[in-house]
Amino acid sequence: MLNWIAQIISVTRFNLLSLPQRLGSSTAAVFGIAGVVAVMVAVLSIAQGIMKTMDNSVDEDRVIVLRSGANTEMMSGLSGEDTDLVAEAPGLVRDEDGVLASPELFVVINLPMRGTGTDANVPMRGVQPQAFKIRDDFQIVQGRMFEPGLNEVIVGSGALREFEGLEVGSTIEVAREYWPVVGVFESGGSLAETEIWVDAAVLQQAYRRGNSFQAVYARLTSSDAFQQFKDALTADPRLNVKPMRESEYYSSQSSTVTGLINGLGTLIAVIMGLGAIFGALNTMYTAVASRSREIATLRALGFRSSPVVISVLAESLLLAFVGGAIGAGLAWLFFDGYRAATLNWESFSQIAFSFAVTPQLLMLGIFFAMFIGLLGGLLPAIRAARQPVATALREL
Amino acid sequence: MADEQVAGAQSDAPDILVRVKAVDKVFKRGSEEVHVLGGLDLEIPRGEFLALMGPSGSGKSTLLNLIGGLDRPTEGQVEVGGQRIDKLSNRKLASWRARHVGLVFQFYNLMPVLTAQKNVELPLLLTPLSRSERKTHAVNALDIVGLANRNKHYPRQLSGGEQQRVGIARAIATDPTLLLCDEPTGDLDRKAGDEILDLLQALNREQGKTIIMVTHDIHAAARATRTLYLNKGQLTSEPIE
Repeated sequence: MLNWIAQIISVTRFNLLSLPQRLGSSTAAVFGIAGVVAVMVAVLSIAQGIMKTMDNSVDEDRVIVLRSGANTEMMSGLSGEDTDLVAEAPGLVRDEDGVLASPELFVVINLPMRGTGTDANVPMRGVQPQAFKIRDDFQIVQGRMFEPGLNEVIVGSGALREFEGLEVGSTIEVAREYWPVVGVFESGGSLAETEIWVDAAVLQQAYRRGNSFQAVYARLTSSDAFQQFKDALTADPRLNVKPMRESEYYSSQSSTVTGLINGLGTLIAVIMGLGAIFGALNTMYTAVASRSREIATLRALGFRSSPVVISVLAESLLLAFVGGAIGAGLAWLFFDGYRAATLNWESFSQIAFSFAVTPQLLMLGIFFAMFIGLLGGLLPAIRAARQPVATALREL
Repeated sequence: MADEQVAGAQSDAPDILVRVKAVDKVFKRGSEEVHVLGGLDLEIPRGEFLALMGPSGSGKSTLLNLIGGLDRPTEGQVEVGGQRIDKLSNRKLASWRARHVGLVFQFYNLMPVLTAQKNVELPLLLTPLSRSERKTHAVNALDIVGLANRNKHYPRQLSGGEQQRVGIARAIATDPTLLLCDEPTGDLDRKAGDEILDLLQALNREQGKTIIMVTHDIHAAARATRTLYLNKGQLTSEPIE
């Protein structure tokens, strides 16, 4: 066994030492694989970025209540009486101003996207003062808070970044009126940062919603209080609502778009990966061909086939690893933190997010590269090992 | 003119090292089958320096490969040191080669990325020797071929003759039973070729190495203790017109 391992180490060492003699084809394979990994990691980092934004939006102590059967705020509808009943349910935090339950409206308005100028659905939320207590990471970073009862809006930092005309001091068209932007807010990198916020009563009036809302956000006394809260609402015959934890809600919100992007990313990676496998195959066939004299000689001297196979695979895997590391590194360098917005297919509104090249994605990219290297090296390795020694020596 | 059967009949002594019986090797060229060795017999006593001559394509290298366990006969038996090597599995055959056969190639077949000493150490990697023992054996082998002072040189830094000496050092480093040389002077000028032949002769005479050498060169064959000619699968002790 030790002898066999020594053979593997030796033959692999010759392979690697002779790499400079095959610099051209090896470099081409490395950069081919690097390109595949860079694209794959970059595309998948979009989904990671969206999920990260969703995760940032989640607080285990927060709940959202929609009308039963509704999957999104857009599809939901609750009367003022409904929201009052929700606020009376057990398990919610109370302070000096009352229960931390925030009935909210959700509409979309059209604004041009920066860069392209194309119209996009931008979410607009009508909120009451309790909304800011429920979202304890909320803060005004520029300008000021809107005045309750006035047609003023504040915009999330993500919305300001992605859509035109949201600077403090500018006006936006809402329900055929022009409302001034008076402030910019942040909310811990959450989905809310893509939104425009306004006083709920003003939005109700502008959209002729009467005293209706679409959702109630509320803060639980603890995460464990959710079941008690849920049971109370679902058992109340006056209500027809669906209480959810925020994590559950945002998970369902992001599933379509992240699924689509992950699917697309995987498809692109597979198609490009096939090309890279052929590139690696070509490189390793060239490597084996250029080393056929050495391989045949080693086998003639008594080296077994398996060390030859392993050494060829080791070279292929090394090239793939280098390519994968370069590709993952490039993706991280150029795409990590890159800000963008995309349509959330659940709410038909935009989500502002940052590409997230996570350590898991980097590892995935490198593993994918090594998978390419393994497939690309396997056939040439087997060919090198299976060719009869005498035949191989004759071909020199 | 004596045929191979005659040559074999003369070698019925117990010190026969190589015994080839009714060996045939068939190569396929498309749908055609080419019989290179038509039921050939050969016996080689231990300690002999045998030269194999014959025209190109006559099967000299094929016979050498069969004796060295680099190839298997289509029919017949190959016995070396009393062991039927044609029956060994690939794995056992590789181990057998490592223990019993030293190979010298026409184009030296050295690893360009390794120094002379490391090249000589290569077959020693297949033995249980320690690193220091491998080094000692390699230095000794290089000393025998007169290249002890060039052990750190890479093949590209050596002349053709010197490279072939390294090749011979590699072949004798494991102290093999058989030394198989395929056109060892074929890529060398006369002077360098003579030096290599001197070396092979010395290994045969002084160390008792059994050597089988394939060559086209009549001067090289003259250094051997016996010369056989191969043509159309027939071995003779006289050249065929």
